Amino acid sequence: MSIPLAARNVSHHFGNVVALDDVSIEVVAGGATALVGESGSGKTTLLRCFNRLVEPERGQVMVGESNVQTQSPVLLRRGIGYVQQHGGLLPHWRVLRNVELVPTLQHMPDPADAARRALDLVGLPSGQFGSRFPHELSGGQRQRVALARSMAAHPGVILLDEPFGALDAISRAELQESFDNLRRDLAVTTLLVTHDLAEAGRLADEVVVMRKGRIEQRGTMRDLVRAPASDYVARLIERARAGLEALRA
Amino acid sequence: MKPARSTPLAMMGLVAMMIGGAIPVVLTAQRQDRPVVVASKPFGESYLLAEMFSQLLESRGFKVDRKPGLGATEIAFGALRRDAIDVYPEYTGTGLVAILHDTLPDSVAADPRAVFAHVVQRFANLYHVRWLPPLGFQNTYAIAVTRSTASRYHLRTLSDLARENAHLTAGFTADFIGRSDGLVGLSRVYGLKPRDVRPLAPAVKYQALASGAVDVIDGYSTDGLLARYDLITLVDDRHFFPPYEAAALVSNRLDTHSPGAIAALTLLSGRLDEATMRQLNRRVEVNGEDVSKVARDELAALGLIGSANPASSASAVQQESSAQQSGFWRYLWNRRQTLGALTVRHLELVAIALLAAVLVAVPLGLALERARRIAEPTIGALGVLQTIPSIALLAFMIPLLGVGVAPALVALWLYALYPIARGTYTGVRDADPDAVAAAEALGTTPAQRLMWVRLPLAAPVIMAGIRTAAVITVGAATLAAFIGAGGLGEPIVAGLALADTRMILSGALPAAALALAVDGVLSIVELAIAPAHRRKRFWRTRTEDPDAMVAATAKR
Repeated sequence: MSIPLAARNVSHHFGNVVALDDVSIEVVAGGATALVGESGSGKTTLLRCFNRLVEPERGQVMVGESNVQTQSPVLLRRGIGYVQQHGGLLPHWRVLRNVELVPTLQHMPDPADAARRALDLVGLPSGQFGSRFPHELSGGQRQRVALARSMAAHPGVILLDEPFGALDAISRAELQESFDNLRRDLAVTTLLVTHDLAEAGRLADEVVVMRKGRIEQRGTMRDLVRAPASDYVARLIERARAGLEALRA
Repeated sequence: MKPARSTPLAMMGLVAMMIGGAIPVVLTAQRQDRPVVVASKPFGESYLLAEMFSQLLESRGFKVDRKPGLGATEIAFGALRRDAIDVYPEYTGTGLVAILHDTLPDSVAADPRAVFAHVVQRFANLYHVRWLPPLGFQNTYAIAVTRSTASRYHLRTLSDLARENAHLTAGFTADFIGRSDGLVGLSRVYGLKPRDVRPLAPAVKYQALASGAVDVIDGYSTDGLLARYDLITLVDDRHFFPPYEAAALVSNRLDTHSPGAIAALTLLSGRLDEATMRQLNRRVEVNGEDVSKVARDELAALGLIGSANPASSASAVQQESSAQQSGFWRYLWNRRQTLGALTVRHLELVAIALLAAVLVAVPLGLALERARRIAEPTIGALGVLQTIPSIALLAFMIPLLGVGVAPALVALWLYALYPIARGTYTGVRDADPDAVAAAEALGTTPAQRLMWVRLPLAAPVIMAGIRTAAVITVGAATLAAFIGAGGLGEPIVAGLALADTRMILSGALPAAALALAVDGVLSIVELAIAPAHRRKRFWRTRTEDPDAMVAATAKR
């Protein structure tokens, strides 16, 4: 069951630095939106408003029909998948136990079974990988486990913060493909933070370009390429394209 | 002829009595019918006099609890003031200068009777503590040089000594260097400023002088070792030192509740002259005779107790030398029961203090992780405790806790807090931040993060703190003997006081072994509680797929 997301007129700052300045976005149920921008653009801050890791000073944040402020942060987070750049697996827990975490927190009847299914979905059969420790896996395998962990309790929403950012190019491409299939199969509403415009275009229906706490442009990748709303967006597209040209030459 | 082992056996008995006495004091401190607690300071003559007091009281039917070797003047007197002990031998000059800090006109200060009258009155008014009539001898500071140094520099008086400042290296006890009736006053009155002053432990200063490492030392005029090393005592030609008349100093409690004990102790007043005392000290410090035997012989000679043992000092010397020949390991073996009991006691002190420190410092470290603003100041304050010298810390405890096990435990506990709190705070704070952040984002409660993530990952650092604390505590617990708490410090303190190297080693070596053993046991505990992913490699036998092994190796 997928759930829509919305942020309305959200503002927040850290000390003197404005992180979010009157930002509004929406993600339709089952859709995927990418937040793109440089470090300090506010994209991660916005993402973290949805599971209350950041409490914005102004504005409304909605998950489904309800304002997140009305829910307990702990219970809210258990219903939202989350993957961060360095997977954040618990190093002293075996793979299967890591993936069982949220099903256990949710008091699901058979957490181990849920974990095994999730591992199968990300291509890591639990018979082979379930009893390993995270340090016995490659970087790509660890991110797959982190993905399985975030999906194991069947959340309606998944938040990803540069989930593939630390991987080599091949692992990265493989994982992007797996994830794209997975989220379409499960119809889970996805909000993705990335600094890579190409990745955003590959995985998201809609791209939101952020800069200095504001939204420069939002639309499909096709919209962005056809009509960049600002010089900044145009430069971003130009740079991504130059990267591809260099490979072609 | 008695068997060769009698001296060590008697020593064993003495130490056993000391230990037996040390244990129940805290528990019985408030009881009216408690035994008379007889204490001494940590040097030979004080041990001997305290033993004479004890035997005298026992011969008159009083139960006695022996607490020899209390840290120094401030600890012994502090304990007496609050009735934690009942009697110990003290010297009028020490009372005048080190306790009262009084300065008397020279005419009064030179007269032993006037000084005695002064301290009696002042102690009664200020502390409600009673001096019994003097024992009959003075034990003043004796500034001593070797015969060859005396003849080379033509030294006879302290004024002569001050003239040769530029040539002399002094080896003084720390006590003497700091006291106003010690070096401080000598510099003022005589202008004595040796080229170099080295602080020396009482036990080594005679050897240091004899070997030429230092040229001049502070001794006591009744020291048995002055004669042994054929030393020259310089004359106090300006009458700087006050009289140091030895007397029993008695607590208010004993004075009020036990007139019979006071009467018994007074029997010794005026009965010991300086020649006798020097002879007795020599038997203990030079010949290595058993303190309780020397005390018994002298009390019998004075007709104060029935003559029990006709053995002469000559035969005792013989016994001692044959015991020496039997070797150090034999000595340890003969004392195995005593040493075993001391080791158990030492372990008890360490275990209780350490356990209490873990119970406080680990939760404190965890709490500070949630209140980081006050974490560094709080842990810093615990660190400051580490810098307080243990003797000073023990002295602070006396007004609150008296002497015995309780103040020792509190002091050891305070010393153990810092490494454990620091380890816990640092370990928990620095536990894999990615894992902690992910656990939070996935909906764990703070308590779950603590129990599932932070604590298991911090376990090695916390254990490192506990191991450090344990080894420190095993070492520091030897100082508990200064406050009458027993443990392996007891033979160390007694051995230092009686210049008996074997006795010192019989405490020091087991203490060192204990430190290693405790650390070893804790290292096994550390293996057992290490985070699972670190533990696993010790017993993994299953074959792994090569790719994963490569990844794992690269990660490490």
